[in-house]
Amino acid sequence: MLTLDGATVRFGRDRAHTALDGVDLTVAEHEVVCVLGPSGSGKSTLLRAVAGLQPLDAGRVLLEGRDQGAVPAHRRGVGLMFQDHQLFPQHDVGGNVAFGLRMHGVPRRERPARVARLLELVGLAGAERRAVATLSGGEQQRVALARALAPRPRLLMLDEPLGQLDRTLRERLVVELRELFAELGTTVLAVTHDQGEAFALADRVVVMRQGRVAQSGTPLEVWRRPADAFVARFLGFDNVIDATVTGEVADTAWGKLPVPAGTPSGGCRLLVRPAGVRLVPAAAGLACTVTARTFRGSHVALRLAPCDDGPRLDAACALRDAPETGAEVGVVFDGEDVVVLP
Amino acid sequence: MAVPAAFFAVFFAYPVAGIVARGLRAGGSWHVGWIGAVLTESGIGHVLWFTVWQALASTALTLLLALPAAYVFARLDFPGKRLLRALVTVPFVLPTVVAGSAFLALLGRGGLLDQLWGVRLDTTVWAILLAHVFFNYAVVVRTVGGLWAQLDPRQEEAARVLGASRRRAWRTVTLPALGPAVAAAALIVFLFTFTSFGIVQILGGPAHSTIEVEIYRQTAEVFDLPTAAVLTLLQLVAVGAILAVHARTVRRRERALHLVDAAGTARRPRGAAQWTLLGGVLATAGILLLLPLGVLVQRSLRTTDGYGLGYYRALASADGGAFLVPPIDAVANSLQYALAATAIALLVGGLAAAALSRRAGALLRGFDALLMLPLGVSAVTVGFGFLVTLDRPPLDLRSSWILVPLAQALVGAPFVVRTMLPVLRAVDDRLREAAAVLGASPLRAWREVDLPMVRRALLTAAGFAFAVSLGEFGATVFIARPDRPTLPVAVARLLGRAGDLNYGQAMALSVVLMVVCALALLLLERAGTENTGEF
Repeated sequence: MLTLDGATVRFGRDRAHTALDGVDLTVAEHEVVCVLGPSGSGKSTLLRAVAGLQPLDAGRVLLEGRDQGAVPAHRRGVGLMFQDHQLFPQHDVGGNVAFGLRMHGVPRRERPARVARLLELVGLAGAERRAVATLSGGEQQRVALARALAPRPRLLMLDEPLGQLDRTLRERLVVELRELFAELGTTVLAVTHDQGEAFALADRVVVMRQGRVAQSGTPLEVWRRPADAFVARFLGFDNVIDATVTGEVADTAWGKLPVPAGTPSGGCRLLVRPAGVRLVPAAAGLACTVTARTFRGSHVALRLAPCDDGPRLDAACALRDAPETGAEVGVVFDGEDVVVLP
Repeated sequence: MAVPAAFFAVFFAYPVAGIVARGLRAGGSWHVGWIGAVLTESGIGHVLWFTVWQALASTALTLLLALPAAYVFARLDFPGKRLLRALVTVPFVLPTVVAGSAFLALLGRGGLLDQLWGVRLDTTVWAILLAHVFFNYAVVVRTVGGLWAQLDPRQEEAARVLGASRRRAWRTVTLPALGPAVAAAALIVFLFTFTSFGIVQILGGPAHSTIEVEIYRQTAEVFDLPTAAVLTLLQLVAVGAILAVHARTVRRRERALHLVDAAGTARRPRGAAQWTLLGGVLATAGILLLLPLGVLVQRSLRTTDGYGLGYYRALASADGGAFLVPPIDAVANSLQYALAATAIALLVGGLAAAALSRRAGALLRGFDALLMLPLGVSAVTVGFGFLVTLDRPPLDLRSSWILVPLAQALVGAPFVVRTMLPVLRAVDDRLREAAAVLGASPLRAWREVDLPMVRRALLTAAGFAFAVSLGEFGATVFIARPDRPTLPVAVARLLGRAGDLNYGQAMALSVVLMVVCALALLLLERAGTENTGEF
């Protein structure tokens, strides 16, 4: 469906800043792909390049196998939902949704029915005559989505689709979007900086770093096996430590950690997921002081400082087992949650 | 870009250059030495000095009187505000001959002051200064007040919460934000008063003469073209310098300010101080702006045998002898010319604004400043230049009626650019992109996104261009055909003749012109735009 082949975009004086650096990416028919990355990693530029709003300095964009280099934005047949929606203030809700239909020459008499159906789809049935300025953030987002879907684009792109909404609304809309895309069979390329959003929405996640693809895979793969320390830290895992592997044991500043069989010997880095940091009596493991505890609903997140001044580490434990701040605990590591990073 | 550039080259640069060449070339060679000779003449030195100091004094007086009004219009809510704002703008687009005659009726021989207290101010500097305030009050009120109304009051509130007194908050938050707008307004007032013609001509008497009046005298009365050419060049240089300074302050103003919808920032006056300020501003506006207009109306109704519409009826007959046609025909002429001039100004100015909004760079900024030049260059020169340069092939327009609208459009186009540019610049580029992604071609995107958003600005610009062309005098007086006078030309011609009937008719015709201008402006206010552009 969509193929990016070494797509490169440079900005600035002498084109010194590289926003996209030889990005290769494919999106299959009916697939929902989410590009995840911190701000400035080139996510939005990627979408603008596919839409034809940003010319490439090198590489190609192919849609259904055809090079789009010479195709202007209005003929590419892709939809783009802008980060801040960019609804047309001079049109009402119906006028915004109908805009793409008018541009594509949909006959006047067919438009009202299609607009009504789209608004129903996004849960705003009957809102045609409302002024854009009277909409709440969530409603604007829905109108923007309906507007982008109206011309039935072959590829729908979403730029931080839920970025400006509050948390509860965001969590509800993620589910609704997922259902909607499954129902319509839409091919979707979305970008976001929020990993929760990406994992909830996507069939496949692409993590970007400074204009390059750092990792690509299903949400589960990426979550379980981050490709490197950057991806691990970006996903919120801070327990990353230098290690020297000998057999099935790695030597680290936190003592000896178990590693999966077959890990090549020598220097590497290890990620320990917080769930793999188990608390035992102080004498039975690495002695630590609890410096902070944060209630997270289903569990308690702990910040631990080893008594031998080693690097701090995060742990997750059940509510009833959680020690108080300042308590002395021991730590042992669970091999299941240790991931070897390059 | 090419169309406006060509327009200004052919209908502005070429005629002005033609006049200068005619003045400074004799026997096939240039006489640059004449410049020095003219400048060292003592009479000319006196004119230069007077031009500069009266412009400075007028600017200071206008700011003093109009800045409180800018505050009142921006921040206070009172009944009749819209109507009053339209009324204070009327003088700005009023022909100078009408303003001149209004002030003459107020301050001159047999005027209101003369009758009441035996005081006459005509031929004094005071008459000129007051008339200049009359004209430029609206520039300050609109430029500064427009921005003031859009400044977020919460900025000041934030300063107050952080411990600043009301005065301190104003000084540290509001004043710096307004500073560049005040500077820009002051420069424009300076520019207008620096090049003042009709006012000084009518009210100044023989003792007071600006460069512009001197150019007219040298051209039309003494036929000393070299002196006129030197003075034109001198004025061109001075105006160019003023505009360069103006362009700098405008660019500084473009830094980010937190602006809000002007509709929500005004409140009903509270406390003695605000009521006093409101009263003071209303009184000043009443005496300075409305009284002259009122006296004009009163004079037009006071016939030799009591009050009545006699002078208005006389406008419809041709026996007055001043014209080949009844004076009232000038209304139709003026409307027709003004409509054509508005169309030309919108086309030229709109294209220029579109080009300026899409691109940036030193060249375009220069072009931006150049577009303002016709506002400050002697209209007398332009009009006379049209006569001497556009009268032979390839461009023989001398007998064509289009000549008048062309000259008027030259004055109207800068207004169109100034009004449209900020709005066009404010259109978010991503709206155009959103349209493109939804399938709109670039042209279609312009029609669907830009046009609806600038529609109001376009209306405002059209109204201003219309009113300005309606009142244009300096150039039109040279090129309007005797059998097709415009309203200001007809007024001036009536004023120039002796007799109560002619004087009364002039007053009546002035009132007609004033009403037409006021109607155009009221329609603008109806269109609902709070901010009529930047100057």
